[in-house]
Amino acid sequence: MTSATSRPAAGETPSPRPGPRPKPAPPTGAPVRVTGAQSLVRSLEAVGCEVVFGIPGGTILPAYDPLLDSTKVRHVLVRHEQGAGHAATGYAQATGRVGVCMATSGPGATNLVTPLADANMDSVPVVAITGQQTRPLIGTDAFQEADICGITMPITKHNFLVTDPADIPRAIAEAFHLAATGRPGPVLVDIPKDVLQEMTSFSWPPELRLPGYRPTTRPHGKQVREAAKLIATARRPVLYVGGGVIKADASAQLLELAESTGIPVVTTLMARGAFPDSHPQHLGMPGMHGTVAAVAAMQKADLLVALGARFDDRVTGQLSTFAPDAQVVHADIDPAEISKNRRADVPIVGDCKEIITELVDAVKAEKDNATREVDLAPWWAQIDSWRETFPLGYDWPDDGTLSPQYVIERIGALTPPDAVFTAGVGQHQMWAAQFVKYERPRSWINSGGLGTMGYAVPAAMGAKAGVPQSQVWAIDGDGCFQMTNQELATCAIEGLPIKVAVINNGNLGMVRQWQTLFYGERYSNTDLGTHKHRIPDFKLLAEALGCAGLRAESREEVDAVIQQAMEINDRPVVIDFVVGKDAQVWPMVAAGTGNSEIMAARGIRPLFDEDDV
Amino acid sequence: MTKHTLSVLVEDKPGVLARVAGLFSRRGFNIESLAVGRTEHPDISRMTIVVSVDELPLEQVTKQLNKLVNVIKIVELEPSAAVQRQLLLVKVRADATVRSQVLETVQLFRAKVVDVSPEAVTVEATGTSEKLDALLRMLEPYGLREIVQSGMVAIGRGARSITATAVR
Repeated sequence: MTSATSRPAAGETPSPRPGPRPKPAPPTGAPVRVTGAQSLVRSLEAVGCEVVFGIPGGTILPAYDPLLDSTKVRHVLVRHEQGAGHAATGYAQATGRVGVCMATSGPGATNLVTPLADANMDSVPVVAITGQQTRPLIGTDAFQEADICGITMPITKHNFLVTDPADIPRAIAEAFHLAATGRPGPVLVDIPKDVLQEMTSFSWPPELRLPGYRPTTRPHGKQVREAAKLIATARRPVLYVGGGVIKADASAQLLELAESTGIPVVTTLMARGAFPDSHPQHLGMPGMHGTVAAVAAMQKADLLVALGARFDDRVTGQLSTFAPDAQVVHADIDPAEISKNRRADVPIVGDCKEIITELVDAVKAEKDNATREVDLAPWWAQIDSWRETFPLGYDWPDDGTLSPQYVIERIGALTPPDAVFTAGVGQHQMWAAQFVKYERPRSWINSGGLGTMGYAVPAAMGAKAGVPQSQVWAIDGDGCFQMTNQELATCAIEGLPIKVAVINNGNLGMVRQWQTLFYGERYSNTDLGTHKHRIPDFKLLAEALGCAGLRAESREEVDAVIQQAMEINDRPVVIDFVVGKDAQVWPMVAAGTGNSEIMAARGIRPLFDEDDV
Repeated sequence: MTKHTLSVLVEDKPGVLARVAGLFSRRGFNIESLAVGRTEHPDISRMTIVVSVDELPLEQVTKQLNKLVNVIKIVELEPSAAVQRQLLLVKVRADATVRSQVLETVQLFRAKVVDVSPEAVTVEATGTSEKLDALLRMLEPYGLREIVQSGMVAIGRGARSITATAVR
C-alpha cells in the first residue's frame, strides 16, 4: 500500500518557522509543499471541521500559526483544556458531527483526560489533537512532556503518535473516520512539534489504512427475524432504548416500530429525547432514578428489546434480580456490549437505524402470518395503573424554601421547543432528566457514564457553537458550576450566549442525599457554604465573567427570571436559583439492591408482587 | 476455569503490545503466557496468548480485543487441532558425579545440552508446557540454578493458514 503523500527529501532541514502563508487548500489533487502544521490545518478543513476548541502552548504553537489564516476552521479559545474537551463533546452531541479539541503537550494534554474518558463512556465522536515534545526529546522527561498516548490508551477508541509529517493527512482522516463510525468514540492524535515544523507535502484525500477496523452496520437477517418472532408473540414487551438510537439518528424508525407494535418505550439517561416524552407509549426513564412505571415494566417484562443500550448498572440495579422473566433481544453496533452484562437470547449486531428499519418490516410480516395477534391490553392496564399510582412528582419543602424540581420544571415549560439542555452531575441532573420534557433527539446532553461534575457549562458552550440558532440551557448545580464556570468568560468573549440555571442548594446535593439516607444524616463535607456565606455570589461572579447575573429565591420570581433570561441574547446569562437543601431525588433504587426494591418516595415502596399480570 | 490459546494477528505498530496487555489487565484477566513475533507478512505480527478463563468471559475478552483498531484477527486454537511449543533454558547443577545422570534425563526428553561447565550444564528443551514441567521435575533433585522460558507459540494443524485470509 502506498501513501497518497510523498515523504520529504533526505537532507531537508526543518524550517524553524512556518513558511509563507498557504494558498487555499485544494479539496483534492496534486500534492502541495507545506509545513506539517499547514498540512494539519488543511486536513482539518478537508475533513469538514468547522470549529476547534483549544488553548495554544509550546509544542502546539506551530499549528496555531496557519490556524490564524483558516477561513473554514473557527478556533474557540477556552480557559481550561477540560473546557475544550467537554465543549467538543457538547458540540458533537448537539450536532451529530465530530467535535474537535486541541491542546499543547504535558499538562495541556493531561487536562483533556477527563473529557476523553467522558466521551469514551458515552460514545461521543471527538478528535483531540495534542502537541508533543520534539521527536529527539521524546522519552527524556523533557519540559511539558507526557506520554499522552499511553495515558489515554484505555479511555480512547484509538490514538496515534504521528512521527512523520507525511502521515498527518492520513492520521487526521483516520481519526475522524474512527471517531464517527461504528460505535463512536474519542480519538487522540499526538503530533511532535518538529513534525509540525518540518516541510512535507499535502494532498487529499489520503488512503485510510485500517485493516483491523470493520464495524458491522448491516444486521443479520436471520437474527432480525428471530427478534421479530419474539416481539410478535410477547405478552409483556418493553422497548429499552439507549443512546445508540440517538447516535444512529434512528428516532423516526423507533417511533414507527413503537407505534406499529404498540409496545411501551423506556428511554435511558443517554436516550432522553430519542422518543417524545409526550407520547402515550413513553413510560419515562428506567434505572436508579427512573419512573416507577419504567422500572416496574422492565422488571415484569417477558421481553426486553434493547436498542443501542448497554445494560448499565444504573439501569439494571442488582443484575441477578433484573427483569427476571424477560427474554432479551439486544441490538447494538458494538458486539462486545451484547451479553456483556445480561445474556442476550437474540443478539443483533448492527447500526440501530438499519436494525429498527428491518425490525419494522419483519414484525409486520410475523403479524401478517400469525393466526391471532397478542393482546397487549392487559399489559397496558397494568402499566397504566403504575403510572396513575406512582407518577413523577415532588413535594414542596416544609421550610418554605424554593423547590428545585419546580424550577427545572418551569424552565422546561417556558423554553421554546428547539431548546437544548445540558446538565452537570448529581441531583439537578436527575431532576433535569425527569422534569424537563424532551420531544426530540439531541435536545438533552449530559455526562451519563463517567458522571463528570462540571460538564454542563462547557458542554453548553460547545452545543451553542454547533446549533447557534437554538436556546442552550445549562442546568447546573452549585457544586458542578464551581468546577468549570471559567468557560463563561469564553462564552462571553466568543459570542456564545448560553443560559445557565444554577440550582443552588448550597451543598453537594446528591452526596448529601446519600448521607441523609445511608449515613445517619452525618453531613461530612457536603456543605459548600454557598448559602451560609454566599461565597461565591453567583450573580456577581456572572457579571465579573461578562454575563448577566440574575437571582430567584421564591416561587413567585421563577417564571419572571426565566423570561428575563430568555430576553437577553447579547451575552450569557446566569440565574442563581437559591433552592432548599433537603429536596431529594425520587424514585430511587438504592445502589446494590434489585430494581423491585424501588422506592417511589421515601418510605413508599410499590408492592409489585400483588398485582401480577 | 479452562486454559485457552488465542492467536492474535496485529498490525506491526508501536504500542500494540501495550494495548493488548493493558486490555487484559484492565478487564481483570490474567495472561498466563504471551509470545509475539513476526509473520510471513512484513506488516503483521502474531501474538499467542494463553489465558485461564471461563467460556463467557473469554467471549467478552475476545470481543474487546477485536475492538482494538490494530487487532486484525483472533483465532482460538483448540489444543487437539494445534501444535503448541514453548522453549526452556535451564541451568542444572551437575558436577562430574551426577553429570551422566543429568545427561540421561536430557536425552530421555529429547532435549539438548547447550553449555557445559565443571559445576553445571545448561539444557535447551522445547515442547508443550506439560512436557517442560515434567523435565523440570526430573531435573529438580540435582538443583535448578536458573530457569528461563519463552511464552507459548502455537499453530493450527493442516494446510489452512489463518494469516492468508486476514490479509487482503
